[in-house]
Amino acid sequence: MRKLKKSLLYIVVLTLSLLGGAVHAALNIEITQGIEGAVPVAVVPFKWTGPEPRPPQDIAKIISNNLARSGRFEPLPEKDMLARPDSDSDINFKNWRLIDSDYLVVGNIDYLGGDRYRIRFRIYDVFKGKQLDGYMMSVSGTRLRRAAHHASDIIYEALTGEPGAFNTEVAYVTASDVGKQRRYTLWVADSDGHNAQALMNSSEPILTPAWSPDGKKLAYSSLEDGGHQVVFVQEVASGRRQLVSSNIGLNGAPAWSPDGKSLALSMSKDGNPEIYVIDLVSKKIRRLTRHWAIDTEPAWMPDGKSIIFTSDRGGRPQLYRVPVSGGKAKRLTYEGSYNARAAVSPDGKKVAMIHRVNGDYRVAVLELETGYLRVMTDGALDESPSFAPNGSMILYATNSGMRGVLAAVSVDGRVRQRLTVQEGDVREPAWSPFNK
Amino acid sequence: MKFWAKAAFAILPALLLLGCGTSGEVKDETAGVAGGATEVTTGEGSSASTRGAGEDSGLAGERMGGGAEAEEEVIATVDPLDDPSSLLSKRVIYFDFDRSDIKDEFRDILNAHAEYLASHPSVNVTIEGHTDERGTREYNIALGERRANAVKRMLTLQGVSASQIRVISYGEERPAALGHDERAWALNRRAIIVYLR
Repeated sequence: MRKLKKSLLYIVVLTLSLLGGAVHAALNIEITQGIEGAVPVAVVPFKWTGPEPRPPQDIAKIISNNLARSGRFEPLPEKDMLARPDSDSDINFKNWRLIDSDYLVVGNIDYLGGDRYRIRFRIYDVFKGKQLDGYMMSVSGTRLRRAAHHASDIIYEALTGEPGAFNTEVAYVTASDVGKQRRYTLWVADSDGHNAQALMNSSEPILTPAWSPDGKKLAYSSLEDGGHQVVFVQEVASGRRQLVSSNIGLNGAPAWSPDGKSLALSMSKDGNPEIYVIDLVSKKIRRLTRHWAIDTEPAWMPDGKSIIFTSDRGGRPQLYRVPVSGGKAKRLTYEGSYNARAAVSPDGKKVAMIHRVNGDYRVAVLELETGYLRVMTDGALDESPSFAPNGSMILYATNSGMRGVLAAVSVDGRVRQRLTVQEGDVREPAWSPFNK
Repeated sequence: MKFWAKAAFAILPALLLLGCGTSGEVKDETAGVAGGATEVTTGEGSSASTRGAGEDSGLAGERMGGGAEAEEEVIATVDPLDDPSSLLSKRVIYFDFDRSDIKDEFRDILNAHAEYLASHPSVNVTIEGHTDERGTREYNIALGERRANAVKRMLTLQGVSASQIRVISYGEERPAALGHDERAWALNRRAIIVYLR
């Protein structure tokens, strides 16, 4: 009978999704706050050498949009360009000084035959009249967009001294109503919101997507079978997924160890939620905490030696840190009555969390060395902070009106973005590691 | 073959419901609570609503067959679970913010359920824990579980077998009331006793 009901459920869900039509889940990213005096940069349309039609991806445009979205640059509109040099041209720097462009990017796309293309570009400091960097790569047609993001990273680093995080992806969950049914979908999109791919559809909530360190898999928790929370690991490319934890009680809040070999998670199989580490190869489970309180939301330090987690053992949720080798948990946060859901910066120096201030739940960042806590956002119901792999931005979930949207804030608080989908709620963002 | 026939039969009411599409699951629950009534939909989600659609129609059929005029005689044999004047019809326990202790006002209700379950050892319940939307999702799943466990403890202390009770948590994922204010939050911080029959 149970089996029959399950099959029925599936049929109903299928029917509803057919009736509901496609949900548009590409992320639209807008800057809500940029830097005063963003640096002017001209990215000249890349010169095409090859037969028509040229590839649909406008490499220079993708780069321009990426730089603009960072909030730190102000790309020059194409119509204001006095010349259209490419990588092979002599540059007349006077032209670019005249229109106050600090930097100049020029490039070419050359058709190599078959499905192969070569992208070449050069980056110039206009006032010094000097080339900062030059780069060449050859790619297949399907990877032209990816190549444009990679080029953006190189340009960003040449101009700021910090690595870019454009050639990365974002995982997130949408929730929308399809008829009477709530539908949850796990997505992966490029960091600019394009190329959104659905990884998983469910009539039950999907929580805490977490990227494996190699960027090839996502772990997440899901409420299956009438409320049983379990943890899956799913390959992004193939969609193949594996149930890794379905003990009695809760199985949630998965977090990958930096070496990708184990998963920390919270399970209540022994009575109440505790932090455990599962070895993904041997399947051996090790218990890290032992307390009657709620222990959940583990986050690894980048050295893999300790784990920060949420616990209300002191009466209210606060962050604690416990050595992975075992030992006593030490309290980390003292400011405020609610600190939860830690995300550790890639350099291990900062911890982002959800922090209650005057009844609102906001993203705050704790400097581990100084103990200084800074509130970064101004929402009422912010959730799920996640660092960009270069540490420059924090992506999080928030509310806009009655809708769940995503937002991002630079770690210096100067740049803010809003990321929305066309319909429904979007939540549980997770920024991928660097593409390798 | 038999399965598909059954499936087609059972799916029909669900599709018909879809056609009307007015009373959402969440709405039902909100209306129930706001009106002081206590019958709350199970909130057990898709599987429950699918099942509900099938069984409800069956149930309605029976009642019509029994006839309303026969109510007087029937009342003696009515299961107290179906008696709207019984404390057993109250199945939602509300909690304070970030708390999981049972408030005094709900003790009588839980005593009634404990008495019933202890004397009906073949009856099983699921206790669903829920939270309001504030704070983080995974912490709220844990908090919802703790609320459901608090209810379970009250019941087992009074002689209900632990094997009759299944505890689950939806955290903040299935609000009874939408809205971002204290009124909605108060309705969402709850545990629901769902009888499995």
